[in-house]
Amino acid sequence: MRFKVTNAAIDFSEWRGLLNNPQCGAYASFEGWVRNHHDGKAVAALHYECYPELATHEGEIILAEALAKFDIADARCIHRHGDVAIGDMAVWVGVSAAHREAAFLACRWILDEVKARVAIWKREQYGDGQNVWRTQG
Amino acid sequence: MSITVLYFAALKEAAGCAEQTQELCANGAELFAVLSAKYAFGFKQTQLRIAVNGQFADWQAPLHDGDVVAFIPPVSGG
Repeated sequence: MRFKVTNAAIDFSEWRGLLNNPQCGAYASFEGWVRNHHDGKAVAALHYECYPELATHEGEIILAEALAKFDIADARCIHRHGDVAIGDMAVWVGVSAAHREAAFLACRWILDEVKARVAIWKREQYGDGQNVWRTQG
Repeated sequence: MSITVLYFAALKEAAGCAEQTQELCANGAELFAVLSAKYAFGFKQTQLRIAVNGQFADWQAPLHDGDVVAFIPPVSGG
């Protein structure tokens, strides 16, 4: 298992440890955080809805594709769902590789694919009380 | 013979429920036509993907008794 969703705060320490490998000289990671604005509007809170079965199935496919496409040793990703607060971590991606270039590239590619393909939907609650389902990143 | 339909995000709000039992249709495209006549989904079929039993599937693939079908609106994780 390299991809998971959780409705609790993301704790990547265990999976970060699993990326450790004596053949690797590089570890690249990304944390996506919940920010307090979108398109000039104040965002008060965020809710991520998820279809866990489909999300984890597609997430595993993305990470398997990354392992085939890039010269990396391992890659993992955790995505949060449910109610999240401003400043919370919404997504974590970690990649280990022999050299940094592949680690950086794979990390970015994985995040982009997760945003485009994994069954998670963001609903922003604005400062004026309005709620909006976002239909893209 | 029946299938279970799951709704998420904007589609869940349009349908007013997260899940319902529906009479079996030949394929996903036919099922979507039946349900979009009933609910104001606000999406055309071409804007959605279909998942069957937890995996992305083809709109034209035959559905079977007991299948779990979900229409997947554009995702916005990350």
